[in-house]
Amino acid sequence: MLIVDKGTFEEEVLNAEGYVLVDYYSDGCVPCQALLPELEVIAEKNADKAKFVKLNTSKARRMAIKQKVLGLPTITLYKNGAKVAELTKDDATAKNIETMLAENIK
Amino acid sequence: MSKIYDLIVVGAGPAGLSAALYAGRSKLSTLVLEKSKTGGQIVITHEVANYPGSVREATGPSLIARMVEQVTEFGAEIKADDVIDVDFSGDIKIVKGEKEEYKAKSVIIATGATPRKMGCPGEAELTGKGVSYCATCDADFFEDFEVFVIGGGDTAVEEAMYLTKFARKVTIVHRRDELRAAKSIQEKAFKNEKLAFMWDSTVEELKGDGILETAVFRNLKTGELTEHHADEEDGTFGLFAFVGYIPHSDTFKGHVEMDDWGYIKTDDEMRTNIEGVFAAGDIRPKALRQVVTATADGAIAATLAEKYMEEKF
Repeated sequence: MLIVDKGTFEEEVLNAEGYVLVDYYSDGCVPCQALLPELEVIAEKNADKAKFVKLNTSKARRMAIKQKVLGLPTITLYKNGAKVAELTKDDATAKNIETMLAENIK
Repeated sequence: MSKIYDLIVVGAGPAGLSAALYAGRSKLSTLVLEKSKTGGQIVITHEVANYPGSVREATGPSLIARMVEQVTEFGAEIKADDVIDVDFSGDIKIVKGEKEEYKAKSVIIATGATPRKMGCPGEAELTGKGVSYCATCDADFFEDFEVFVIGGGDTAVEEAMYLTKFARKVTIVHRRDELRAAKSIQEKAFKNEKLAFMWDSTVEELKGDGILETAVFRNLKTGELTEHHADEEDGTFGLFAFVGYIPHSDTFKGHVEMDDWGYIKTDDEMRTNIEGVFAAGDIRPKALRQVVTATADGAIAATLAEKYMEEKF
């Protein structure tokens, strides 16, 4: 998964064509760490459908808040730079992420 | 035919890991099933100061990492699978996971509890948008913002103090006129200059367009409603709820006896009403829900499970 930061988020996500899935996480977030290995498997499986990136919100707090992300983990799907679906907290499970991808990317 | 374990432990929090540790040491073939993250609720806790022997600044994750190491060292197997159904009717218990079906001579249920929701309008929509139940996950979003903490128990007050390291002001909102937290915790809290208190109050409603903007509080004594609006420059604020727990027992409904709140009933030796099925930790009705009581439960359950198997099989 591509690591983005506040310098590259706009280019890689907001100005990107097609689907981009963003994993909002931070170093202190244990549920995020637990989710990551499963997410990496999903990313590999769906590499042809979307671009998978992750953003460490500790270093990009204002950017995350601007995206209305104030809780972790949050997994957001963008299409041509616009949010189309989002999963946060307890809902951010591997199963739900797969469903979100299947429902939105036809 | 799939392997028949001596013991299956459902849940890898302190209770489950402690049970697995004892079982592993007794050479029982032991499988621990965990649906998401090893460690349970304690891993979202920043400081564990009250577990005997846990050194200063010990964190939930570090404590759990050491427990997991100990458990694997003694030979228990930990697997990621979500238990969706069980069959406790026979001598061999069946535990159905999302991925596989497992069999064992005995089962310890250590699925724990999860934070209770406040149950007010707007809460679900604004979770992760300013509303949180996990300070270690979300505290740093609120650096120099205002934060409210709902609740007056140990967890609420401790997490509120943790949040003062980030937020410019933290207000504890509690439904009574005094805290329920331990006296030593209260003392520290009253000395903390960034902490304020709103007594006799609950959250009536939360509002905001995709992000928490307004909280409505009700004073339970006067009935008066007050609104808190986000600072214009901040655009939002934080609201962390620590208002108790609900047991994770849905999967076991109809299979073991529970109390009115869904906690699994046991005797002093962690036996449920079903032979060979034990429960340990926060899933039981108890007065003190802490790591120290959870690990004690786990140890007792594993020891009694071993004894049960010696007599039965």
